[in-house]
Amino acid sequence: MQHERLLLGEAKTPERLARPAFTLATPLRELVQAWWIARKDLAIELRTKESVNAAGAFAITILLMFSFAFDPTEAENRAYFGGLLWLVFAFAGALIFNRGFARELPNECLDALLASPLSPSSLLLGKAISIFAMLVLVEFASLLVFGVFYDVRWWRHAGPLAGVFLLATWGIAVIGAVFGALTVNLRLRELMLPILVYPVLIPLLIAATELSGTLFQNQPFSSDQLLWVRLLIVFDVVFTALAAALAETILLN
Amino acid sequence: MRDRIAIALAGAAAGLLAWNLYKMFLVLPDEAMQGPIFRILFFHAPAAMVGMTGYFVALVLSILYLSSNQLRFDALAASIIEVSLVFSLINIVTGSIWARIIWGVWWTWDYRLTSQLVCILIFAAYLMLRRGIDEPTQRARLSSALCIFGCIDVVIVWKSIEWFRNLHPGPVLSIRTGGGHMDPAYERVFYWNLLALLLVGISLVLIRTRQEATAREIDSLRRLAHAQ
Amino acid sequence: MTEAILLENVWKYYGDYPALRNYSLKIEEHSCWALIGRNGAGKTTLLRILGGLTPFQRGTVRIFGEPPRSARARRQIGFLGHGIGVYEDLTARENLVFFARLAGMAHHAAVADTWLERVGLTGAGNMPVRQFSRGMRQRLALARTFLHRPSVLLLDEPFTSLDDRAIRMLTELLEEARQRGATIVLSTHQIREALAAASHVGVMENGKLRYAGERTAEMLEDPSLLYSFYAA
Repeated sequence: MQHERLLLGEAKTPERLARPAFTLATPLRELVQAWWIARKDLAIELRTKESVNAAGAFAITILLMFSFAFDPTEAENRAYFGGLLWLVFAFAGALIFNRGFARELPNECLDALLASPLSPSSLLLGKAISIFAMLVLVEFASLLVFGVFYDVRWWRHAGPLAGVFLLATWGIAVIGAVFGALTVNLRLRELMLPILVYPVLIPLLIAATELSGTLFQNQPFSSDQLLWVRLLIVFDVVFTALAAALAETILLN
Repeated sequence: MRDRIAIALAGAAAGLLAWNLYKMFLVLPDEAMQGPIFRILFFHAPAAMVGMTGYFVALVLSILYLSSNQLRFDALAASIIEVSLVFSLINIVTGSIWARIIWGVWWTWDYRLTSQLVCILIFAAYLMLRRGIDEPTQRARLSSALCIFGCIDVVIVWKSIEWFRNLHPGPVLSIRTGGGHMDPAYERVFYWNLLALLLVGISLVLIRTRQEATAREIDSLRRLAHAQ
Repeated sequence: MTEAILLENVWKYYGDYPALRNYSLKIEEHSCWALIGRNGAGKTTLLRILGGLTPFQRGTVRIFGEPPRSARARRQIGFLGHGIGVYEDLTARENLVFFARLAGMAHHAAVADTWLERVGLTGAGNMPVRQFSRGMRQRLALARTFLHRPSVLLLDEPFTSLDDRAIRMLTELLEEARQRGATIVLSTHQIREALAAASHVGVMENGKLRYAGERTAEMLEDPSLLYSFYAA
């Protein structure tokens, strides 16, 4: 068949199997491959809508339940809204990242992916990207409902809020993807994943809560709070790098 | 040979501990502001130090395992984390008791106690992960990866909770008394107890590592039997 | 002829238990190896190691001189394990386009269509795999494995539970692959079909290779000859 042509370049670094892999490949190629994986997952999600519907319904239910736990109309309770929202996202997010790598289990698709020229770090990043996209969608829907139920005019600070949400959501997506990969072959996967993910996410949730809370109360960021922005960035950078470096170690067993 | 070292260490630890307890209760006077409960800090802070050190030693061992594929590094890392978890629990429990006596509440959300609690959650999850994987090589690989993530997160957790507490102050547990210094007499006992707890920790790790090695041997014998 | 696959003193441990013991084997290019052995002999482990899916602790493994995890090696490998390796919620065509892309092929859509025709699934190209019958899934799996014209084919019990149409298709694909110079390693319990296609045979037991050599006419006539190589 003469129309075949190899598109990808050579690997730059020899990858040894017997010892653990801290592999480096061309960043651009990695991103392209990651995008293919993300696109595939999002295409499936668009068709089945299973994760997003479940997570969205769950988020709205929790928002509703919290309104019974404390009175959202009382002024002093407004200080808690940041924390409330991020708790909702963390729990609803579990429904999304639980599916992340589990999608690859039926028909042993994970083996087919690992045996292909796709690099494990691209696979992990691709999963993180698809989790990120789904979570952002759920967050946006929740924000709309939240604004209505709790009378929070968040759109006044749409810019900074978007920044906080994107940074924090990426952190959740990376951690969800990494631990999803770690637990994919375990029989207690669904139980282990939240137990592993939530303690690690605590710093990120603290930062997101502080920043969102400030914005919801119509206050600008103080210099103290810029510290939290820096924390989010450090968290994202460190764990994304770590995820890329340890992807092969985690996925090959 | 290793058994003899373990027994010797355990003996030394027990002896040192006994000597320290004697000094603590019968020789040292009560602290001016806190009273007799102050003595709990001779266990509270050293336990945290031993625990934290353990986690980072386990980090190094996990990296060593991933580079060398030798299961003994993984066994050692797991044993150290288990023992460190015990010390972290001692830290939390003693801190809680101290807070009850001094502040009247069982828990104060002090940043160090809270961070220690998060560490406990992370490394308890590590142990749960190990329980959930039967195959030793896979278990070693995945728990080493988890240990690396966990230890790096511990650093971030510690700092972030400290900053959080700076913004939302609350009661603080401190080993510093009065003018922010510890009396030299107290300090001496403090460091001797740190050594005692360290020795206790090491003996426990040696015992645990031996158990891990035996478990691995049984596992491979079992696989051999099934293969026939 | 150069070696397509080289294994030298390979040890694979599960904990302290060796699943592969001091395993050495040279597989020449253009040959077709049938790996025979009881369950638990290590056939699947071996194929997974060659496919770069499982790490090993000691020894050397080379696919055309490269370690199995290198991108170059993985581009040349076609792996078919126990699962069919296709996504239930995508259509047949989408699956093939996806895997063609991963394999680095330029004209994904054309390749996908060609292979759908080859395995007789053109009419079902736009159906989600979820609605496929078992036979259709198996044929799609074959398409996925062969579509990037791999030089090394690693097939784990490929004949298991195939109907006669699929067996014919697989045999044809294997023959075609051999014609264009591919190297094939397949493990099997279906000895007759495998021996017919094979040029060489390997007999494994408890992680060791008991026999490795050419497939003779006698073996084809009486496959039970191979069992004589088992120690137990």
